[in-house]
Amino acid sequence: MGPYRTLIAFQTIVVREIRRFMRIWVQTLLPPAITMALYFVVFGNLIGPRIGEMDGHRYMDFIVPGLIMMSVITNSYSNVVSSFFGMKFQKSIEELVVSPVPNWVILTGYVAGGVTRGLAVGAIVTALSLGFTDLQVHNALVMVAVVLLTAILFSLGGFINAMFATKFDDISIVPTFILTPLTYLGGVFYSISMLPEFWQTVSKVNPILYMVNTFRYGILGVTDIDVGFAFTMIIGFTVLLFGYSLHLLNKGKGIRS
Amino acid sequence: MNNALSIQGLRKVYSNGHEALKDISLDVEQGDFFALLGPNGAGKSTTLGIVSSLVGKTSGCVKIFDYDIDTDIVKAKMQLGVVPQEFNFNQFEKVFDIVVTQAGYYGIPADEAKRSAEKYLKKLRLWDKRDVASRLLSGGMKRRLMIARALVHEPRILLLDEPTAGVDIELRRSMWEFMKELNEQQGTTIILTTHYLEEAESLCRNIAIIDQGSILANTSKKELLSNLHSETFVLDLAQPLISPPLLPGFVSRVNREGGLEVDIPQGQSINMLFSILSQSGIDVVSIRARANRLEELFVRMVEEGK
Ligand SMILES: Nc1ncnc2c1ncn2[C@@H]1O[C@H](COP(=O)(O)OP(=O)(O)OP(=O)(O)O)[C@@H](O)[C@H]1O
Ligand SMILES: [Mg+2]
Repeated sequence: MGPYRTLIAFQTIVVREIRRFMRIWVQTLLPPAITMALYFVVFGNLIGPRIGEMDGHRYMDFIVPGLIMMSVITNSYSNVVSSFFGMKFQKSIEELVVSPVPNWVILTGYVAGGVTRGLAVGAIVTALSLGFTDLQVHNALVMVAVVLLTAILFSLGGFINAMFATKFDDISIVPTFILTPLTYLGGVFYSISMLPEFWQTVSKVNPILYMVNTFRYGILGVTDIDVGFAFTMIIGFTVLLFGYSLHLLNKGKGIRS
Repeated sequence: MNNALSIQGLRKVYSNGHEALKDISLDVEQGDFFALLGPNGAGKSTTLGIVSSLVGKTSGCVKIFDYDIDTDIVKAKMQLGVVPQEFNFNQFEKVFDIVVTQAGYYGIPADEAKRSAEKYLKKLRLWDKRDVASRLLSGGMKRRLMIARALVHEPRILLLDEPTAGVDIELRRSMWEFMKELNEQQGTTIILTTHYLEEAESLCRNIAIIDQGSILANTSKKELLSNLHSETFVLDLAQPLISPPLLPGFVSRVNREGGLEVDIPQGQSINMLFSILSQSGIDVVSIRARANRLEELFVRMVEEGK
């Protein structure tokens, strides 16, 4: 396929992905809005004032970036994992397999779909947060770059999960047992400088910590870790997962018998 | 070379060790209407699956209009429209979106995709269902939707895996008409698998018979039928019989209605039969060849192949 046809194929996948999550907005866009609004009210408004300051900021201001990031992570991941697994389950993935769309276009198409949902939910949550705090953006470039890269990375994660999944249980195992704990322990609700030295070291193994901190740095200008190192790591992981996803697709893992 | 499809030494061993195809070779000419016949589990879907990239081959060579699927897969796929045996669309998507999206996968721009989708949905009488989610269609409509989706990019070859399974007689006839027209007017090469032997007999020019992963015969329908060593005629009688009369030189039996079925070896004169019958006082009211001669042939070949 020439570049023009390839672009059309890419666009087709992205449009279909967006149409999917818009069609089921009650399952995709509404729940994170409600959950995050509850976090803002309960942790920020009710409990926050008793906690006092965190890294020199109001507790509410401190958790908002983390909560935005958390919704971007979960929604990018779950968009791709549910959509791609759903296609496998209904066999409609065969529509793509018989077509001449190159594998890298299939992959980037799904990732773009996941990123769009992640960013859409991120935007909704950000808009909601404005009712509780005024966001001052410290470094817009860092903020945008890290949120975009994170959305890409977790879309790829969701894609790999879907390729291995053979039943519906398989698509909830990773989010429940890995993603959620890592997010909660990734400095969304607290600064790791509060932890004893040992647990600070342990926390630094958690990749989500770097994303949350970098994003918070983009907004508030405070961070527990080195932002340059964080970017290197996120980009490294993205390249790695992209290569691995493509490898799985080329092998036809879980798609071709 | 004018072959739409050329398969050489194709083997498939599934991951569980089952050998579904044992070295099959097959050529289908451009413009042909070709049937792959075989009992359940013969390897028909596996064969079409490999041609359409849904199944990976173990070894062998597949060329689609001379494009090797190992080296020229994009061009090979461009030539194909695929109607699989089982429904495989997103249950929640609308009919029109499904067809337009498929066109997009082939790089067809949106307006053209919509025009083409409209054309084929109308031809397959699904246009009034265009805004319905696919899960709400009846079985026959779903089959037709799969055909519209396979044709939206106007492929040169249409592969259909049991396209009329579970379709009522009237609809089956109209699908036959549609396929014939496509073959004759647009020159689309059609390759189908079927269990309805009548379908192969009334539609196809060339037929391959496959059983247990091997091709038993691959020739024109005419040739195949001429291979029949004998034909069976059904004689309706004025007086029903209970036991078959003595008919030297003929194999016969009494059917459920008390009529007579006689196997007549090819080339043998029927006059003899009638003279014996009239001597025995058996009054023949009408005579016809038994339908589904292909079926007989098929059963016999599969038996002989064992
Ligand atoms: N994914 C698979 N894994 C293992 N064996 C398979 C798989 N798919 C098919 N088979 C086996 O391969 C053989 C051929 O199957 P295939 O589906 O090609 O038959 P078919 O001729 O299409 O039959 P039918 O008329 O019932 O559709 C069968 O024995 C089947 O059990
Ligand atoms: Mg089959």
